[in-house]
Amino acid sequence: MRVRITFSKQGALRYTGHLDLHRLWERALRRADLPISYSQGFHPQPKISLAAALPLGFASRAEVLDVRLNEDFPVEDISSRLKESLPPDIQVLGVESVDERAPALQTQVLSAAYEVYLTEPIDGAELTRKVEALMMSESVIRERRGKTYDLRPLIEMLSVVTEASGKVWLRMTLAARDGATGRPEEVLNALDILPEYTRVERTRLIFQK
Amino acid sequence: MLTPEQVELKLDRILLKVQKPGRYVGGELNSIRKDWDKAQTKVALVFPDIYDIGVSNVGLKILYDQINQRDDALAERAYAPWLDMEELMREHGIPLYTLESKHPLACFDIIGFTLPYETLYTNALNILNLAGIPVRSADRDESHPIIIAGGHSTTNPEPMHAFIDAFTIGEGEEVIHDVVNVIQKTKGAKREVTLRELAKISGVYVPSFYATTYMDDGTVAVTEPILPDVPKTVNKRIVAKLPPPPTKFIVPNIEVIHNRVSVEIMRGCTRGCRFCQAGMITRPVRERTVQEVVDAADAAVRASGFEELALMSLSSSDYTYINDLVDAISKRFEGRKLTVNLPSLRIESVSVDLMEKLKQHRSGGFTLAPEAASERMRRIINKFIPDEDIINTTREIYSRGWTTVKLYFMIGHPSETLEDVQAIVDLCKRVIEEGRKVAGWKVKLHAGVSTFVPKPQTPFQWVACDTRENILEKQALLKRQLLKDKSIKLSWTKPEDSLLEAWLSRGDRRMADVIYSAWKNGAKFDAWDEGKKSEAWLPAFEEHGLDPAFYTHRQRRTDEVFPWEHITAAVRKNFLFQDFRMSLEGQIRVDCRLNCFACGILPTFANLRRENPGEGWKCPDVKTPARKIDIELPVVGD
Repeated sequence: MRVRITFSKQGALRYTGHLDLHRLWERALRRADLPISYSQGFHPQPKISLAAALPLGFASRAEVLDVRLNEDFPVEDISSRLKESLPPDIQVLGVESVDERAPALQTQVLSAAYEVYLTEPIDGAELTRKVEALMMSESVIRERRGKTYDLRPLIEMLSVVTEASGKVWLRMTLAARDGATGRPEEVLNALDILPEYTRVERTRLIFQK
Repeated sequence: MLTPEQVELKLDRILLKVQKPGRYVGGELNSIRKDWDKAQTKVALVFPDIYDIGVSNVGLKILYDQINQRDDALAERAYAPWLDMEELMREHGIPLYTLESKHPLACFDIIGFTLPYETLYTNALNILNLAGIPVRSADRDESHPIIIAGGHSTTNPEPMHAFIDAFTIGEGEEVIHDVVNVIQKTKGAKREVTLRELAKISGVYVPSFYATTYMDDGTVAVTEPILPDVPKTVNKRIVAKLPPPPTKFIVPNIEVIHNRVSVEIMRGCTRGCRFCQAGMITRPVRERTVQEVVDAADAAVRASGFEELALMSLSSSDYTYINDLVDAISKRFEGRKLTVNLPSLRIESVSVDLMEKLKQHRSGGFTLAPEAASERMRRIINKFIPDEDIINTTREIYSRGWTTVKLYFMIGHPSETLEDVQAIVDLCKRVIEEGRKVAGWKVKLHAGVSTFVPKPQTPFQWVACDTRENILEKQALLKRQLLKDKSIKLSWTKPEDSLLEAWLSRGDRRMADVIYSAWKNGAKFDAWDEGKKSEAWLPAFEEHGLDPAFYTHRQRRTDEVFPWEHITAAVRKNFLFQDFRMSLEGQIRVDCRLNCFACGILPTFANLRRENPGEGWKCPDVKTPARKIDIELPVVGD
């Protein structure tokens, strides 16, 4: 059966990278006695695929993975078994059975939504002005790994949230398609905010219908 | 002092700037986080090397479980931060903290170091410093944690005597509870009072209660207590019966060196190889039952999800029910994706059968440890394996589908000559030639040739280390002759690494100043190539007017008092000396399961043995009844 699991990744697990997360899920499923299907060949690989890599250091309440199991299980059963077998900073938010022939998960991601909390006080009005200026620009040329690219079309949404208490934070939705992925820290850089003074959380992955 | 929240906030600012930040955040499955305020005694357990190496250490895992099983105590873990992290922690004022609760180490009542090997010493100093705790015991007061240390290298605790408040000599499972009890009982008392109570525990050595005097030639005259109520000699602690093995292994969220479950099947070794410190200091041999091992392995594999299981002991083939164990393991784990390791097998074809039953991945290579290649040398070190056995076994290994054989040797054994080293070359070439006959040109050999360091509490404690020139010449011979063959891989130890190991393991109390200065000169991670070796250590010797060669290249007099004379692993000095004499005459001592040679274990632990008769121990039963004390003791104060 093909199972789609939505999960959160918080706390210490923010510092576990994509490949390690793969391994973590393989072990968690094994601990839960859920038999994973493996590819054929000399080095069999577990049939687990994560929708979109989450950059190191970011939290998430919307990670998605597909796994193929050798047997069928009721989804509630899978969910309760996994509860016991995952480290405390990963929580299963949803389990559903998916059509075996559905296209690969990674090909279906369109964009990702983030919330950015600022750990240092900031001038809200000034930030709002910068956000507006950024969103008004035709293009925002930036350099990454020696290549220039235009950040602007990758930003689908960017807004400043001001709470009644005066606390200010950011919300953004960035493209996350193959070859066109917006990175929150690039947006923060463009707003003159140092990423180490923020806490970023992915809140949603947006898939093709 | 920073609160855990402040530590976490500061961490978030630096963690993305270091390699593998997952090392520094904890949150692993099976790690234990208890209520900080409810635990009366808090222990930070430290493996003084990086997380990647330390997290799978079984010794520390045992202590972690022992302490956390108590309602009144908690144990958390810390490891040495790698160079990049240390730099940022110092820059941002982050003290070393534990992974579970992020409390700075200085908030704990006890800091317990495991020191399994000597090259961790400078890291231990660095960790204390990173924790904001005075590095020298003498500079600490009641506001600081009690610093304890245990592990194999503490069989000679003297080089570290100035930094550690109390050493636990021998096995830790029981003594750790005694230590926690004393800390609890003496809370709020003067440090001196706590230390005096600790010194009363069997197996605990409080170095500040002893003083060493030296002879004119620089050797030790005597190390003796300076207080009336501390023991003249500190005997190691052992457990009569091995407690149930840990089954809830910590599962790291990042890749580390060993992602595996380890189950100790047996402790101690009866072989009596004269170079082997572990074999001498972990006596008596105690075995776990097949049932206990298999059940623990199963529970641990289920609780961890690891792909690998290691059945640990110093000499697997000597485990009495090794065939039954291998059958039971292969049956229990049939059809599950699990690699089973059974290290330290004897060089005989039965070992190949055992590995075959475990369905070992043949890609991994098959490891054997002949240690020496000439008959003379094998007699000297008391590991006598005829060439033919090695050839027959390796031929069998190749013919059954393993393409790589790993052979471990040592050079620098006492009285070794170039001919003995040439014998290693000849043997390796023969192994490959014979292998090619049965399995063709694909066969490979990996020769790991380390350098022998004579260790305290072994029959070779009297001998000198081989000189640097000799070692270089011997290594050159090996390289010249073995590296020509593309099928042979050779690895060796750098002479400066062996020297450092020798200074630290054989040193006296004066070495403490050298260690301190070397650390000040930048020495840390001495087990790594990144460590600063000669530029840190040689000036440190010079600074304190000590000659490095005094510790390494000097044959000890037969009546010499060793720096570790007042610490004993219960194997008598007389026995070790007799064994040393036998080695000089090329005499072999057989496995002591066949014949007890009265090494000293039984008289020391007669009561324990009497209470635990039969198969559990491999020493003979103690028949005599316990001596009754029928003197009436006067009641004090009457």
